Amino acid sequence: MRARNRELIGLIPASLLVTAGFAGVFIQRQNALSNVSLTYGALFLGLCIAAHIFIRITLPHADPYMFPLVAVLASFGLVMIYRIDATLARQQAQWFVLGLILFAGTILLFRDYRKLEQYRYIIVIVSLGLLVLPRLPGIGYAANGAYLGVRIPGLFVFQPAEVSKIGLVIFLASYLRDTRQVLVQGGRRFLGITLPPLKQFGPVIVIWGLAMAILVVLSDTGSSIMFYGGLLAMLYVATNRLSFVVIGLMAAAIGFWYLGTHIPHIHARVETWLHPLNPELYHAPLGSYQVANALFAQAAGGLFGEGFGRAALTLPNGGVLLPAPQTDMIYAVITDELGLFGAAAVLITYLLFVARGFKTAMLARDSFSTLLAVGLSAMLALQVFVIVGGVTRVIPLTGVTLPFISYGGSSIVANLVLVALLLLVSDRARRPA
Amino acid sequence: MNGPIVRLFGVIVLLFALLIVFTSRWTVFEAAKLQNNPLNVRTLLDELQIKRGQILAADGTVLARSVPAAGNTWARTYPTGPLFAHAVGYSIATKGEAAGLEESAAPYLRGLQTGLSSIFGQLSPRPVGDDVYTTLDPNAQRAAQQALAGEAGSVVAIDPSTGAIKVMYANPTYNDNGANPGAGCGAKDCLVNRVTQGQYAPGSTFKIVTATAAIDSGMYTENSVVNGNSPITVSGVPLSNDGDQSWGPQTLTTAMTYSINTIFAQVAEHVGRATMTKYMKRFGFYSKPPLDYPSGQIGISQPWSSTTGKPFPPGSPDEDIGRIGIGEGGLLVTPLQMAMVASAVGDNGTLMTPHLIARVVDPDGVTVKTINPTVYSHVMKPSTAQAVTRMMEKVVEEGTGITVQMPGVTIAGKTGTAQIGPSGSNLTQPAFVAFAPAQHPKVAIAVMVDESNGGYGATVAAPVAKAVLRVLLSEGQ
Repeated sequence: MRARNRELIGLIPASLLVTAGFAGVFIQRQNALSNVSLTYGALFLGLCIAAHIFIRITLPHADPYMFPLVAVLASFGLVMIYRIDATLARQQAQWFVLGLILFAGTILLFRDYRKLEQYRYIIVIVSLGLLVLPRLPGIGYAANGAYLGVRIPGLFVFQPAEVSKIGLVIFLASYLRDTRQVLVQGGRRFLGITLPPLKQFGPVIVIWGLAMAILVVLSDTGSSIMFYGGLLAMLYVATNRLSFVVIGLMAAAIGFWYLGTHIPHIHARVETWLHPLNPELYHAPLGSYQVANALFAQAAGGLFGEGFGRAALTLPNGGVLLPAPQTDMIYAVITDELGLFGAAAVLITYLLFVARGFKTAMLARDSFSTLLAVGLSAMLALQVFVIVGGVTRVIPLTGVTLPFISYGGSSIVANLVLVALLLLVSDRARRPA
Repeated sequence: MNGPIVRLFGVIVLLFALLIVFTSRWTVFEAAKLQNNPLNVRTLLDELQIKRGQILAADGTVLARSVPAAGNTWARTYPTGPLFAHAVGYSIATKGEAAGLEESAAPYLRGLQTGLSSIFGQLSPRPVGDDVYTTLDPNAQRAAQQALAGEAGSVVAIDPSTGAIKVMYANPTYNDNGANPGAGCGAKDCLVNRVTQGQYAPGSTFKIVTATAAIDSGMYTENSVVNGNSPITVSGVPLSNDGDQSWGPQTLTTAMTYSINTIFAQVAEHVGRATMTKYMKRFGFYSKPPLDYPSGQIGISQPWSSTTGKPFPPGSPDEDIGRIGIGEGGLLVTPLQMAMVASAVGDNGTLMTPHLIARVVDPDGVTVKTINPTVYSHVMKPSTAQAVTRMMEKVVEEGTGITVQMPGVTIAGKTGTAQIGPSGSNLTQPAFVAFAPAQHPKVAIAVMVDESNGGYGATVAAPVAKAVLRVLLSEGQ
């Protein structure tokens, strides 16, 4: 079967999911199946088919599974958000439309994505500049103690880290393509470990510093782990030197340890991570209330969950039981309602997407394409790990979004652009010579 | 570059596996621990969303029901309020507080939540609890309330043949409606259910136990003669009869009829600690009665040491068994225990397990559980029970209990008037224990009053018992 037909068939589960999901929420809400659920399903399917036709025309050879996997995640996210707040779901659907427009724009504008390399320094400077915005007075704002967002009053709110991650990957892919040989060959052996040459390794050290700075200045553990992890992943693929990764991990570990024990606000976050059920921390402002209730929500879910629309999010007096259910805590809501199995299914869907991204990287015929595909896929995987890890207490919680599922305009738009880039790489890689 | 990509993917798979492991940890392995964490209000929310079943009296009077509250939750209301507050208790889910049957019958009232249904939570609809029918009799309970009005004390009535509790009323009571049950009940703790938790000096009502031990052990008969002179020395301290009256040689029956202290003190000493303790245990002393009521709200009946301030170990050589034999010597009892004593004698020596719940009915009206009468202990031989019954009949016929006489009914009873407060004070704890009709009793009753200024069991407690007996005996005829 041709690739594009496989993609079309792959969209069927997504449309079924969105229809069944809305039907489930409706039945739970009103004990009646409204035809609105079918309308939502049909509209969503229409959007996906439009995107599919666009891909069919512009990128006929691209990976056929990537877009359906994204559609499954996005439709599932839409249902979850609808279940939490119907108004937000409408906004999310609008963001999805805007995201698809930018998705199409990216594909049209960067048919030859390799020209991105020419702008790599502009891209990296803009990306880093964006990251600092949340700390600027007037437009930046803090959520949960971390400086994650930019708010232009009356216009929009956006999270620069979502955009910056793509810019950084483009820069690193290009930079490492140029220096990978030097990094390997110019290295000196010391005690059996290959030490990279300092000159070429400089920018890498800069990014290490950047990750630490993000942690200190923005208090954003999540982006810090995401960017640094992405860097190490690309460095490893580019050089095939485990020693670089080990050195990198050790440097990060020392940095995290030092900051975690010496910077009060980071130490406080580590404390809430280690002792979320300590009553004092639980009741403290910016304490462990959110993490603890994420755990309670998961405990309520059990193996199979309580069912769509049944998770408790608010208190009878109207108070908040689970803060930020549509963004940071959406994984906890999913686990509460669909249980361990539902949550695992979501994680496996992400893993399948990442697998397709890596497959694309392996098929790519030039180093830049390979590194770009690896970087983008790894970044997405790390983003999932950071937020789900935070909710499940594997690592301290930071508010990054669960890609395609969480409510958030910048997230859905940026991640659709990320998919567009992966599809561009894939189309070139799979095009018959 | 394909090798590193594959290995990198392996690392990502491992990271995701870690996420699934941690999700399993919270959803399955540590779920119970998290759900029981006091910080977790979800359990409470679930509780609020359960429509608990009703609690009803034996005749169907609603004692507790659920009413819709804000945000899809339910609240409890108690139509009879203070009348049944001690028996029914309260359940305030928002605070996680409960008392009385609301606490002890909660598994029924919340509906049976099996482990399976909590795992397959979404397969079962929102739970509706079962209704609990009690054995309580609203008319008799009201009679107790009226008769006891103005006195701190308690009334408890049991059906001796089944152990069903018909009346459980304690004064002061409280209103179990509202967010703060018992708020503003003054210095006396109105939340204390005096029937099950009150610690009273039984006084002469305990002579029923002494007589049982004496006769059932074969050491005495109801006609055994003992010298009733006063005072005598018991455990090195002089003991007098009421008014220091010297009765001379008298039968045990006469000693019971006129409540002669010196005779029963000698009998108890002669029967001995071991035998007395054995019979007390058979009646239920030294342990919590197995009532379907919160264990934390049930007191133990036993003698206390005035020197250590702790209960004597059963049969302790330090206890003054002579004085215990007449309901003194540090002995403190619950009214429920004394009603169980009367019940055992009335039921031919067999003590039935006391219970408040009669049956459990599911929302479809199907009876899912019926509480069958069970034997708690065989206290004495039927012949002993007959002898003690005859002695107690005499008390009402011509002795200290004539105040409860009712036309057409033979009542077997025993008065008690314990001296409390500093020596020389006039304060007493009047008590009356009885069962009726004497030969085939329908009711065993204990009435105990906290404090009286010179009042007697016969004058303060017995009239209360009479009022309640009149209602209970007139029913079902």
